[in-house]
Parts: sequence; C-alpha cells; structure tokens
Amino acid sequence: MLLGKLTLDAIPFHEPIIMGALSGAGLMGLVVFALITKFGKWGYLWKEWLTSVDHKKIGVMYIVVALIMLLRGFADAAMMRTQLALATNGHMGIFPPEHYDQIFTAHGVIMIIFMAMPFMTGLMNIVVPLQVGARDVAFPFLNSLSFWLLVSAVVLVNLSLGVGEFARTGWVAYPPLSELSYSPGVGVDYYIWALQISGIGTTLTAINFLVTIIKMRAPGLKLMQIPIFTWTCTWANVLIVASFPILTGVLAMLSLDRYLDFHFFTSEAGGNPMMYINLFWAWGHPEVYILVLPAFGIFSEVISTFSGKRLFGHTSMIIASGVISVLGFIVWLHHFFTMGSGADVNAFFGIATMIISVPTGVKLFNWLFTIYRGRLRFTTPVLWTLGFMVTFSIGGMTGVLLAVPGADFLLHNSLFLIAHFHNTIIGGAVFGYLAGFTFWFPKAFGFKLNEKIGKAAFWFWQSGFFFAFVPLYVLGFLGMTRRLNHTDNPAWDPWLYVALFGAVLVACGIACQLLQIVVSLRDRKKLVDETGDPWNGHTLEWSTSSPPPFYNFAVVPQVHDIDAFTDMKEKGIAYVAPAKYAPIHMPKNTSAGVYIGAFCTVFGFAMIWHIWWLAIVGFVGILASMLARAYDNDIDYYVQPEEIERIERQRLAKLGIDVERYDERDTGKSAARPSKAKTLEQV
Amino acid sequence: MIFRKYPRLLRGLSLTAAALLTGCQGGVLDPKGQVGADEKSLIITATVLMLLVVIPVILMTLGFAWKYRASNEKATYTPKWSHSNKIEAVVWIIPIIIVTFLAILTWNTTHKLDPYRPLDSDKKPINIQVVALDWKWLFIYPDLNIATVNEIAFPANTPVNFKITSDAAMNSFFIPQLGGQIYAMAGMQTKLHLIANEPGTFNGISSNYSGGGFSGMKFKAIATATPGEFDAWVKKAREGKTLDAGAYQQLLKRSENNPVQYYASVTPNLFYGVLNKYMASHQTAMESGLSSFQLAALAKSLCITPPVVKE
Repeated sequence: MLLGKLTLDAIPFHEPIIMGALSGAGLMGLVVFALITKFGKWGYLWKEWLTSVDHKKIGVMYIVVALIMLLRGFADAAMMRTQLALATNGHMGIFPPEHYDQIFTAHGVIMIIFMAMPFMTGLMNIVVPLQVGARDVAFPFLNSLSFWLLVSAVVLVNLSLGVGEFARTGWVAYPPLSELSYSPGVGVDYYIWALQISGIGTTLTAINFLVTIIKMRAPGLKLMQIPIFTWTCTWANVLIVASFPILTGVLAMLSLDRYLDFHFFTSEAGGNPMMYINLFWAWGHPEVYILVLPAFGIFSEVISTFSGKRLFGHTSMIIASGVISVLGFIVWLHHFFTMGSGADVNAFFGIATMIISVPTGVKLFNWLFTIYRGRLRFTTPVLWTLGFMVTFSIGGMTGVLLAVPGADFLLHNSLFLIAHFHNTIIGGAVFGYLAGFTFWFPKAFGFKLNEKIGKAAFWFWQSGFFFAFVPLYVLGFLGMTRRLNHTDNPAWDPWLYVALFGAVLVACGIACQLLQIVVSLRDRKKLVDETGDPWNGHTLEWSTSSPPPFYNFAVVPQVHDIDAFTDMKEKGIAYVAPAKYAPIHMPKNTSAGVYIGAFCTVFGFAMIWHIWWLAIVGFVGILASMLARAYDNDIDYYVQPEEIERIERQRLAKLGIDVERYDERDTGKSAARPSKAKTLEQV
Repeated sequence: MIFRKYPRLLRGLSLTAAALLTGCQGGVLDPKGQVGADEKSLIITATVLMLLVVIPVILMTLGFAWKYRASNEKATYTPKWSHSNKIEAVVWIIPIIIVTFLAILTWNTTHKLDPYRPLDSDKKPINIQVVALDWKWLFIYPDLNIATVNEIAFPANTPVNFKITSDAAMNSFFIPQLGGQIYAMAGMQTKLHLIANEPGTFNGISSNYSGGGFSGMKFKAIATATPGEFDAWVKKAREGKTLDAGAYQQLLKRSENNPVQYYASVTPNLFYGVLNKYMASHQTAMESGLSSFQLAALAKSLCITPPVVKE
C-alpha cells in the first residue's frame, strides 16, 4: 500500500469537538501566516530566528513553544475537569472513554515533555551561557538541532489530534496495554516517535550545556563559584545524560515489540511488562528532578536578588542539589510498591525516597535564611517564590507520605497521588519557570513585564491551584482512583465541582499571563530597561545590555566572586569600556537544523503509519542534511573590532558613561543597531 | 482587593475539608478492616511527624518575608552575610532527625503491613483466587469449588487470602475500606491478605487504568455478619452455571459494567491454567499439583486463539 495504514478514515470528521478544535487551530495558524506575509516578515523570521544558532534566540523559541503547548495541555486539563464534573450520577459526560483516554494521556505527555521541558530548556538557553560569561554554547548548531527535534516531536503530537489518534494508555504507556494486542491503533506509535525524537534533542542539549559549563566559563570562574541556577542546570543535565538513554532504550524495545513482533514486554512468550515499568521509572523519576532542580535554581537567584543579599549557603545548595540528583536515581521503585516486591525492597526504596527530603529541606531553610536580614522587594518573581515555598512544603510532605509503603498501598493511583505530583510540578517547577520568565524577560527583550498583571496572574494561579488540587487530595482519601471516565459516588460530586472552579481560576491566571505579555509589548517604551540590570542583579547576565548583543560580552569578564557582577559594581569596574576590542569568533546561522527536524517529522509520521517508502525518504533526508552540514566549512566568522566598538558605544551612550571618548560622527551614524545579517555581509 | 480575601477563603475551605474528612464515608480514612485501620493510623502518624517541620517552615516563610520586607527600614540588613556553621548544622540535622524517625517507622510498618504476610487469626482463612479480565473481576473459591463475577463474600472477622492474576492488561485489586491494593498482572501471581472487622458491603475497584471499560470495573465485597449468612450466599452461588473452558472463553470477551454472575462449579485449577497461559512455571505446576503437561493443556483450553502464534 502506498499510504500504509493511512486512509481518510483516520481523520475524525464525525467528532464535532475535535473538528472544532482543529478548525480553530487552523484558523489561528492562517491568521498568523497571513500577518507574517502581510508585513513581509518571512525573510526576517527565517534569517534572524528559525536558522539562528544564537542561544538567546533559541531559548526564546523554546519558551514560545512551551507557552503554546501550555495552552494545549491546559485545554486537555479543562476538558478532563469538565468531563468529571458532568459525568456523575449516571450521566456519561461529553467524552466517551475512547476520546477521554486520549485526552488524559495527551495532557500528561504534553505538560511534561512539551511544556515543562522546553520551558526549562528555554530558560537554561537564555541564561546559562550568560551566567558563565560565555559567548554561546559549546556547540551552537547542535543547540539549534535540539530545538528543531523538539519542534518535530511537537508537530507529531499535534498531528495526532487530526490524523488518527493519540495513545489511550496514560502518559506512562505501560505494557501490555501499550502492546499491539491491546492498542492496535497508531496512538501508541505517535507517543513513541514523539518521545523518541524530542528525547534525542534533550540528550543533545544536556551534553551541549555540560560542555559549555565545564569548558567555556569566564576566566576566574571557579566551579564552586558558578551561579546557583547554572549549578542546578548542571545537575539536571547530568541527570538527563544519565537517564534519557534509558527512555530511548525502553521505547526502542517497545517499538520492536510493536513493529517486529518482539516480546520484550508482552505478557506472553517470555516477555515481561514489569521490566518496562522499572525502566520507564528509572528515567521517569530522575525526570521530575530534571524539571524541578533548575526551578530551585531560579528561586535561589530570585530570592537572593530581591533580598539584596548574597544567597545563604551557596556551597550547601550545590551539595544539596547533587545529593538530590544522586538519590533521585535510586528511588524509582516507589512508583510501584504495589507490584509485590516484598517488604525489604519496598522499605529500602521508601526510605531512600524520604532521605531526599533532607537536602530539599536544607534548600528551603537556605532560602529562608537568604530572606533573613535582607530587604525583600515584593515583585512578581518573589511572589512566585514565596508561593512556591508554601505550596511545595505541602507537596513535599504528601510525597514523603506516599513514600511510606504502608500508606502508599491505600493512596497509590488515587487522586491523592495526582494532587501530590501536581503540587510539586506546578508548585515547584511551573511556579519556578514563571518566576524565571518574569525575572529574565527584561534580559531577553530589553523591557520589563507589567507588574500588576503579573501579580494578578500569580494570585489566580495560587488560589486556582488550591481550589483545583485540595479537592483532589480529599477525593483520594475518599477512595477515588485516577483515570476514571465517570463516577457514581454522590459524596465525590462537591469536590469535583470545586476542582472545576479551581481550573477556571487557573485559566484566569493563564489569561493574565498572556495579557501581561500583550500589555507589556504595547507599553514597551514605558517599561524599557536601558541599563541591562533592572533588578540590581548579582550575576554576569546582568552585566551586559538587554537584550545582550549577539556576542554577549564585548570583552570576556574576569570573575573574582560568587556574585561576580555585584563584585564588579562594588569595585566600580562594571561599566568601563576597554581601550581596545579584539575580534570575536562567532558561529554562522544555519538552516541544517530546520531541515533535519523536518525530515524527522516525515520519518516519524511515515513510521507511525507504516508508509515504508516515505520512511526511507525521511531517513535519507536526515542523513543527507547531516552530511551536508558536516561537509560545510563555512560555519564561522570573526566580528571585527569596529563593529563591536559601534555596538558597545551605543550601549555606553545609553548608560551615559564615557561617551565623550568617541567622536560625534560615528555615534550619529549608528542610530539603529545593525542586525546580524549586516554583520555577515561585512565579513 | 479581591485577593486579600483569599487567605480567609482558603482557611475556610481547609476547615470544611477537615470537617468533611472526619465524617467521610466509604473512603480510606473510614476503614472497616484491621489492615486498613493500621494503614490509616500510619498515614496520620507520618503526617503529624512531618507537620512538625512543615508548619514552622510555612510560618517562617511568611514571617521572614513580612519582617524583612524592603519597606521595613528598622529590620537588620546584612547584605554580605551568607554563611553560618551553626545554622547550616541545624538545617541539616533537623530534617535528618525527622527522617530517621520516619525511616524506622517505615521499616517496621512495611514489614508489618506487607500484603503478602498472612494475618494472625485463630479462624481458618477463606481462599479466593482473583483474575482481572477486560473489564470485570473473576473470583474463584477453590475450597468451595464456586466462582463469581464482580462479587465476593466472606464472613466478617475471618482472614481472606487472595491470590491475584490477570488475563488482560495490568489492573490493581483494591477494596479501599478493607486495606491496601496490589497489582494484577498476567502470568504473575500476587498475594493480598485482608480481613473485615465488621459486617458490611464494601466497594471494590480496579485502581490501575486498563483500557476503555476500566471505569466500570467494579465489584462488591460483602462481609457477612455470621457464617450462616455466608453459607446462604454460597448456596445462592451454587445455583449458577458451570465455569468450564468454554464459559471462561465467553468471559474473555470484552464487556463493560458486567453484571454479577455466579458459577456453581469450576474446572479444577482454572486459576493456575490462566497463570500458565503466559508463563509456564515449575512453581505454578507444583502449587496446582498438576504435571506440566496437564497444566499446559489446561492453559491452552483457556485461550480463544493460542497466544504468540501469528501469520
């Protein structure tokens, strides 16, 4: 067959909700497309963004993807809450199981892999090279490739909405349910290929950033002086490098089961589903620390900056993060105490899990003692941080409770568990990313975000969180299990309604977040930050302009202290122009990442639908683009000192420093900042 | 400002929650069996132990943030102070002490509440073999040679020994008011020991998602007040049909919200046959008392289409 399993039946014409969502998304896409065409921005978009290898731009694109997927994932959540509020007392709600089961699977996959991960990676992209005083990451093209692999996976996940189906297995896709015998459709295949492609991108990112942090630090920046956000990202990257190959492996084995009739995880023929569950969580548990550790780093930066104080226990924080990372690898079994491993094994993993609360508790105390004897400014990022400290304490406590096997036997798979991990992932990771978003937004764009709407967003999220998830804790105690399509217990109903109300509040929070971006964009002149240091920051990212020039630092800074920029400000050398600039070696933009990503989408789609000829086309396309890139020697250039001087002079002029050193003629000429494209022409 | 009202609203909500929880019916905090009661008290002990740290942390967060707000010029300000061996020692040691207590509690209770551990009782336990199917529960009483779908009964204050497997995707066998759950997996045998301390009818569920009909995969667990009532229930079951290979194959067909069914007699060792469909194990053969060949033949008769074989 020319089209494999793909027929017109794969498009769910008979499902009004899906078709509505599709046409809505299609319409929005068309509007965006039309607007870009109208303003003639395709060339700009392609040259300045899509093919960019600049870590700051890639970071921004990651966060754009994360925000779009946040909307998609939240739409899934809203549908689930609506279904469960309606489908009680004999009513079946609006979604039959075959649709509803896809929604909760998609919600989990999207929120973790396609919202939280890109949000975290985006912030890491924007901030880490700046914090270590580097001009870009170690492998700029690889960074672009990682991003496009993510986009490729995102495209596949969203395609599943309109072409075929998504997995109906829950986001963990446990076999034998995810095997061909129980899931013969393409849903699980969409799941496998989307996770595989984005997982490879994530692994490459982690390697890239580890090399950057180890090899490209500014002179004088000792390991133990690296800013805490970069340290937490380092630990997260170590976890990625160690755990993502497990995911790649386990999904590869599941693929062999599904495509080539292997029996790794089937119930019969010597397969063993328990192996999948172990391997999945050997990745899955470190994954939650991958998400939350960088968030811990953000809170540390925020609380120290806005307390106007050095972070309490910097070394202690680094060690605590390390302990969390190592322990995070030996606790995976607590996800399935109920498998019947025996008391010794269960007790070991339970105790190992609760030991993690020691370094986590230390972190909380360190934040407390950073506030202690500080001058805390209640900005939006600080609200997120305080909200986190309160919320996460509760989430940590319920987590330790679940780590006690005797308690877990009652609470496992219940809505108590759902409430717990949303408590840590929303109250920990997402609050952190939103704090980081507000905190570093001026760095990325040169203007601050509207504080008032930002604070409103926080209060909606915070109250919405409690309204949405406290009822879930209660429902867990009342014996309600997860992934139910409908319920018939009148005692649960009030709590389900309150949870729906909570979801409405969170929706308001998300709306505020979007409104904040729109309003701030409108008022960008008023909110502009000329200094590059809007918060009186401590670390190197604040020492350069906002947005930073594409080369980040005209002169690589010399570091003498943990709070390198505070140190420079105190010594009065923060804004001094050097006598002379040296040429800067920079990478050129490349479209190879875009092409490889596009061929990955083709390959993945073809594999999902068993269109073998197209899979070969996609695979050859990937190889050919990689080879073309490998044999391309025109990948770098030098920014000349005159160019650097012109850019830097503008910045210093804005700051009102030392401008008289330069003559009138050049200052007048460089009214507009030259784009990178122009720089390329000059070379 | 509307948001200023939230703290009070939240407090109100949590108070209501606490009030409702104490009076909650049918959940895990309303146990009717010894195992469930022990597990509930474990939840409460562990929570109280942790609140010893969590409440001070939350209060300190709010207190410190308020006291050291930027507008409070009177508060001490030490921008360079970032290290104190004393504080570091305390913040590491306090969590370590709490976790040590929790670890001891965990080690002991995990062994005491091990679902595989038979319960201490002077009464002879009831044996029930459980098979999770798409999407219903099959229960076999090997000693009584009866079987049921989606309903079990046993006398109160008598230990019940469950042996559990699955002939479908993975499920979790759970009667929330009697005690913890355990997975049901094809080719595997798990064990669970429960007891009801008082008579009553309790909800049983699958608490591990297993496909489209999962929400309706429920059963009733009836703890009878007297042995006589239990005998009457058994007598009712004996009025049903026979559960042989053919009837079992009928059960294998997917069904949702399956009604209660009774089987007056069961093919001997059917449970071991189901186990053996997926994994021929010497141990299973030993336990059933059949030879490996007999067990293999039985297993084969329980398959709609022989597994593994594909064109």
